[in-house]
Amino acid sequence: MTRLALLLSTLVLALFIAALVVGPADIGIYQSLKALFVDDEGPMTLVMREVRLPRALLAVMIGGSLGLAGAAMQGYLRNPLADPGLIGVSGSAALAAVLAIQTGLAASFAFGLPLSALAGALIGVFLVLVLAGPRGSSLTLILAGIAISALAGAFTSLVLNLSPNPFAANEIVFWMMGSLADKSMTHVWVALPLIVLGALMLATMARGLDALTLGEDAAEAMGIGLRRIRLTLIFGTAAVVGASTAVAGAIGFVGLVVPHLLRPFVGARPSRLLWASAFGGAAMLLAADIAVRAILPARDLKLGVVTALVGAPLFLHLIYLTRREGL
Amino acid sequence: MNLCTDQLAMMVAGEGQLMSVSYLASAPRSSAMVKQAARFQANHGLAEEIYLMQPDLVIAGSFSTRATVDMLKRLGIPVVVVDPAYSLEDVRARLTQMGEVLGQQDRAAQLVTDFDAQLAAYRSDIETRPRAALYYANGYTSGDKTLAGQILATAGLANIAAEQGFSASGIIPLEVLAMAQPDTVITSRPYPAASRAEEVKGHPVIEALRRSRPEASMTDSDWVCGTPFVLRAIDDMVALRREMQDARQ
Amino acid sequence: MRLLTLTDFGVTRRKRDILRGVNLSVGTGELVGIIGPNGAGKTTLMRAALGLIDCIGHSSICALSPRERGRAVAWMPQSREIAWPVDVETLVMLGRTPHFVTGQRPRDEDLAAVARAMQRMDLTEFKGRTAMRLSGGEQARVLIARALAQETPLLMADEPIAGLDPAHQIATMRSFVDLARDGHSVIVSLHDLGLAARHCARLIVIDKGGIAADGPPRDVLTPALVRGTFGIRAYLESTPDGFVFQPLEVVA
Repeated sequence: MTRLALLLSTLVLALFIAALVVGPADIGIYQSLKALFVDDEGPMTLVMREVRLPRALLAVMIGGSLGLAGAAMQGYLRNPLADPGLIGVSGSAALAAVLAIQTGLAASFAFGLPLSALAGALIGVFLVLVLAGPRGSSLTLILAGIAISALAGAFTSLVLNLSPNPFAANEIVFWMMGSLADKSMTHVWVALPLIVLGALMLATMARGLDALTLGEDAAEAMGIGLRRIRLTLIFGTAAVVGASTAVAGAIGFVGLVVPHLLRPFVGARPSRLLWASAFGGAAMLLAADIAVRAILPARDLKLGVVTALVGAPLFLHLIYLTRREGL
Repeated sequence: MNLCTDQLAMMVAGEGQLMSVSYLASAPRSSAMVKQAARFQANHGLAEEIYLMQPDLVIAGSFSTRATVDMLKRLGIPVVVVDPAYSLEDVRARLTQMGEVLGQQDRAAQLVTDFDAQLAAYRSDIETRPRAALYYANGYTSGDKTLAGQILATAGLANIAAEQGFSASGIIPLEVLAMAQPDTVITSRPYPAASRAEEVKGHPVIEALRRSRPEASMTDSDWVCGTPFVLRAIDDMVALRREMQDARQ
Repeated sequence: MRLLTLTDFGVTRRKRDILRGVNLSVGTGELVGIIGPNGAGKTTLMRAALGLIDCIGHSSICALSPRERGRAVAWMPQSREIAWPVDVETLVMLGRTPHFVTGQRPRDEDLAAVARAMQRMDLTEFKGRTAMRLSGGEQARVLIARALAQETPLLMADEPIAGLDPAHQIATMRSFVDLARDGHSVIVSLHDLGLAARHCARLIVIDKGGIAADGPPRDVLTPALVRGTFGIRAYLESTPDGFVFQPLEVVA
């Protein structure tokens, strides 16, 4: 366990530094790190502090959020297919964010955007839990997710198409696929409080999720408050996913891929999977964002494209496994 | 049925020659000839409505919907497709082409002559070229092989995008822009209602680049189409260059 | 000492009484078998007594806080759920959940309790195996061990021996007897009347929404009750090997 923690945190740190030194502007590794810490009052410090640092920080925060939320939802539903992006939570958060931007609510106060996205995510999680039921059978879960994603996506497109702003319609791709391009420290500060709050809430679920391995009845009889754990899951997930989606759009598959890859390394225990997935998610999103910049720097390739290229085949594989094992 | 061909046609056409222009020609944000456009019936570029007008000729841009153009051709209506202008030279060519299409060669020639005369006036007095960056929504910029790039060049401004190897339009990463340290950043004016695409124009980096430097924004209606109205855009840019040179002295 | 007391206890679902007027009490050192035909309400009675579903009347366990309840009674539900491929020891350790304070690591006494429970269920060699990949009967034993590891005064189990081979059925019932001898009490619902009659010191028959009989097997399993409640005829005899009950045929 400690070895895994060490390994994952080293990986995140290494990728974080890589994310800081990789970029379209040609700055040396030493120079760029120096400019980050020592203000040279020139463009280099500006680039490091206002372009690359927020981008790397957001990758860590949002990747961690999505990994954590995925692990928590999977643990609660006891279903390895649960991912905030796939089951429509990110989609409904994106819809609420778009509405907040178009109605001007986002501009009216600093936390207008993330709080709106949180409200959207809340509705999304709530609907999924109502539709899929407490045990969350794979079929109902995926069907509920498809329905909610489709509906949220349609409304997002509708709102953006109706906007008087000609650029709004082009943003559909951003909201559906997600991107970290050109983010500033403002975005970091806006998203951070909700992400920290949500992550703390999800962390309290560790023991309850372990107990749920035995089913709801057994867990409840062991003193686990199911109602409390359900509310914690709904609010915690909505907070981290809402805040993430508000600044970076809906990035799918992180919450699916990361817990799946790490599960064998934590002895499949849902509690240990929580923090491991947070680290893993941060690493995955950092890597994806580096890839986006390294492969097609001038094309603004969306992050969700990379995560989906990795995640979708795994998703298909999981569906196949689920069918075979009759999970 | 295209914003730019509409404007060219309105300039060149004789009385009663033009029946309808696109609704975009009446949009003050993008059209420089809103008043003139109000005299004509507006269309939305749909084959059905255009067919019902029974025109003798349809002038479309090469970016107009292919399906619509093909449909009109199948219905037996002659369609002329006019390419967009990518340079000042193209502006002259399009005016001439429009004159031929509409049988108004003399008016077109006159417009070209006026255009050339004004252009010639700019080419005289340029000593230093301040470095400017064009920066639009979503981080787009224009290189030197674009109309916007030529507007800058004619006005005596060096284009950052060209320095960075852009010839056409493309996304310039924020950090590349920051490292290039332009003397001025020229952005498009924000549209009503917020959008994420335009948010980047308020990024701290852009704000830092603009701090204590003269700035300018583009009047879209003068920049988007290859018509003699680009001269107004050039005027704006010349004014910006003068302001910068004065500030430096 | 009473480990469980139900007074005027009942369960109502959709305005229909599923159970009503149940009065019973279980002290220390008892092995109580709950028997009854399908749908009589055995599972409902046990879940309601634990406070897992709404009930009317009084249950001494319902009155406890969730945490106290987790230390007072271990519950083994009928559905044998194991959601993730965790190893057997980890799964059995989950039984210690009510004894942990938040963030605490397993203490020596927890490890000892887990070892005892695995020993009792003959699982020591399965320690590192993945619980999900064991056979159904083996999984049942793992889950019983999990409940045993909770080391509560009272253990309630819903059909714990269904699906086990005869040897492990008998061994499991023996371990319940041993628990009772050690001063714990065990309440198990059973369908196998023969095993119930042989191992339980006390049987409670649930039928038609109430308790039809409560007492030692010999007094409860009368030919009249067996016919009336279960609709069967059975062979009943006290032998040198103990009480023998063997269902023979269905009666109209």
